Amino acid sequence: MIEVDCRGLSCPEPVVRTKKALKDNAEIDVIVDNRASLENVKRYASAMKKAVNAVQEGSAWRISIR
Amino acid sequence: MSDKIRVAAAGIVIGLSAVLLVSFGNPQNMGFCIACFIRDSVGAMKFHSAPIVQYFRPEIVGIVLGSFAISVVFGDFRPRAGSSPVLRFIIGFAVMTGALVFLGCPLRMVLRLAGGDLNAVTALLGFVAGIGVGCIFLSNGFSLGRAKEESHAEGSAFPAVMIFLFILFLAVPSLFAFSESGPGSMHAPVWIALAAGLAVGIASERTRLCMAGGVRDIFLIRDYTLLIGFAAIFVSTLIGNLVTGRFSLGLADQPVSHSMHLWNFLGMFVVGLGSVMLGGCPLRQLILAGEGNGDSVMAVLGMAAGAAVAHNFSLASSAGTGPGINGKIAVVIAIVMLLAIAAIKTARREG
Repeated sequence: MIEVDCRGLSCPEPVVRTKKALKDNAEIDVIVDNRASLENVKRYASAMKKAVNAVQEGSAWRISIR
Repeated sequence: MSDKIRVAAAGIVIGLSAVLLVSFGNPQNMGFCIACFIRDSVGAMKFHSAPIVQYFRPEIVGIVLGSFAISVVFGDFRPRAGSSPVLRFIIGFAVMTGALVFLGCPLRMVLRLAGGDLNAVTALLGFVAGIGVGCIFLSNGFSLGRAKEESHAEGSAFPAVMIFLFILFLAVPSLFAFSESGPGSMHAPVWIALAAGLAVGIASERTRLCMAGGVRDIFLIRDYTLLIGFAAIFVSTLIGNLVTGRFSLGLADQPVSHSMHLWNFLGMFVVGLGSVMLGGCPLRQLILAGEGNGDSVMAVLGMAAGAAVAHNFSLASSAGTGPGINGKIAVVIAIVMLLAIAAIKTARREG
């Protein structure tokens, strides 16, 4: 499982990294720590017809993209 | 409510607030202008002494405090800092330089378009071009690095300073400079301006509305959500201007503008590129500053310093005649500097 750690990064970098990771991998986990990035990554993954599930982990969110 | 509807609603709040503020006394096509209002405010605090652009704008206070309050309520107040603060200061400085050569931030560019000011069309093209170049760097790994979590005291400091300055402005106005003529002398009553700022701060924080983000997301990920906010501001302001008789189509004699198209283009190119590098337009930087983002505070302080320098060294354009030689040189330097920073921070990307 590829894990894309985007903690500390602000938009649009998490989305750019998600996009890159999805080019080479069908299934990834993206970790973000702000709501703007959470919503942007979820929106992008949904637009790519992926199944998206986000779970809060402490002060961050783990977004599973399948 | 879907993201798109929420962003459209926020855009309408901003557009109608802008029309309201002009009706109550703000300069034409300047219901809001983040660049101009920061510039007016630093002028009021005598960091520059251009006599026609000095007024402490309550809209700026309202935007920061609206964002601060609503982010605390919904748990989005997450103080953080440490992502290249000095570079962000410099980029903010450059963005202000470009904006004051064009005579407006991206938000005012939209308001000018909605007022029929066709000089803003070339500016829009420059803005889109700057964002496009910024997106090329982003796609190739441009990053200003990670921010770290900070204390609530650190995150609350900037909103607290805003409250302090606003109280000072109300209690001891003699400390501040007030324009007696020109755009700085034109303003809505204090409490209406503050209320409009609060409304825009709340609406923008909840929706992450961003002028640069709207165009950027199309280039990067073919997402149109934020662009809907951009369009909603345009349409609602256009309708408001038509209803209140303030729409005037053309190039000549537009309020607080000039027709040197190359410099309108290049000025907003700087703003577009710089905004992408900062992760958002000047409005978005104020919103993030309210959310406790210290890096955005640095960008805002860079804009404030840039505004003071722009007027102390004649970089800012004059309404009607456009930029002088200093302004033109400054824009070229700003472009070179932003491209250099972008290139360096693309090559040396941290993991």
